[in-house]
Amino acid sequence: MTNGYHEQHENLTEETRDLHRALSSLMEELEAVDWYQQRVDATQDPSLKEVLAHNRDEEIEHAAMVIEWLRRNHPKFDEQLRVYLFTSGSIAEQEEEHDGNREGGPGEGSLGIGGLKSAPLGGRGNASAYGDDE
Amino acid sequence: MNHLYRELAPVSDGAWAQIEDEARQMLTSALAGRKLVDVGGPLGWETSSVSLGRAAAATARLVEGAGLKVRRLRPMAELRVPFEVARTELDAIPRGAVDPDLGPVAEAARIAARAEDTFIFNGFAEIGSPGLVGNVEDPVMMPEDFDYEAFPDKVVEAMARLRLKGVEGPYAVALGPRCYEGVVSTTHAGGYPVLDHLRSFVDGPLVWAPALDGSLVLSLRGGDFQLTLGADFSIGYLDHDADRVRLYIEESLAFEVYEPAAAVPMSYQRG
Repeated sequence: MTNGYHEQHENLTEETRDLHRALSSLMEELEAVDWYQQRVDATQDPSLKEVLAHNRDEEIEHAAMVIEWLRRNHPKFDEQLRVYLFTSGSIAEQEEEHDGNREGGPGEGSLGIGGLKSAPLGGRGNASAYGDDE
Repeated sequence: MNHLYRELAPVSDGAWAQIEDEARQMLTSALAGRKLVDVGGPLGWETSSVSLGRAAAATARLVEGAGLKVRRLRPMAELRVPFEVARTELDAIPRGAVDPDLGPVAEAARIAARAEDTFIFNGFAEIGSPGLVGNVEDPVMMPEDFDYEAFPDKVVEAMARLRLKGVEGPYAVALGPRCYEGVVSTTHAGGYPVLDHLRSFVDGPLVWAPALDGSLVLSLRGGDFQLTLGADFSIGYLDHDADRVRLYIEESLAFEVYEPAAAVPMSYQRG
């Protein structure tokens, strides 16, 4: 069971619970990276140093996977990661440029439709929602 | 300012928001292909092509002993639907009008959705872009005077073909307008609706697809069909006069079929 709720469990939506699970996992992975890195520095045994560095890198991989889940499932993560990741130059200027694009209303213009694919059980697509198109 | 030139349009922030909401609502409901295929991107308006991972050898040689290959690419197509909105309607929004006439926005979005779906279902030969139904040689056939009480049997036949080829589900059914009308208006002899019968054994969604002629049964397992977006649907500015503002809905896209066997069209017999 995931701990760390700040509100009554029954008052939270399933989406918020999953978000909490992902964020908790991310914190744990990053904490492990920090711990492994310090042990890599501290040990005098070369073979242990090698193992610990390998384990640290595994935790970084796990963290990256959770970040990608967050990006796919939380629009604000998606928006911000698109602004800052894989850029060059000043990171702070990325913020200014992003905010500048949002000022004045017109923004960047994308409607953000993206993928609409899902596979709900029971065949509930849109076939009952519309009349004839023509 | 980006390539959409929105800052030049005499459109208030609130009007932009309502225009976008109107377009988004229509696109989300009217797009059928995106409910069926993988969608990648958006990679950005500047993206011009998608790599196919293959290369063709050039026949000529630069120098003796050195070969040359050319990478194969799928170019991004740019889809654009222009429309006009009356300035009186746009000016009414900042005053608090709750019923501005944004019909042209919805109509442009409907056309854009139809165009994207046609691109996905039928392909676009001029740029060599494949479609979901374009290259299949042996579709499940339905006679011109088809009795839609037998429609579930045809879907079962299509699903059996997918299983025989090792294509796992979940399976979705895309219904063209004629099939949709036939399915929803037909009941079995005991009064059981054909639509409910379909839902009882199709484990994926039933998707209304007005751009489709006939129907299509396909796998949603992923990895078979990929729509790659350069820029997702966006609204840009063309020009304006005292009465109207001319805008457009635009996207850039490429579509690829990696496993043709993962879709079985259901076509009407002609002639």
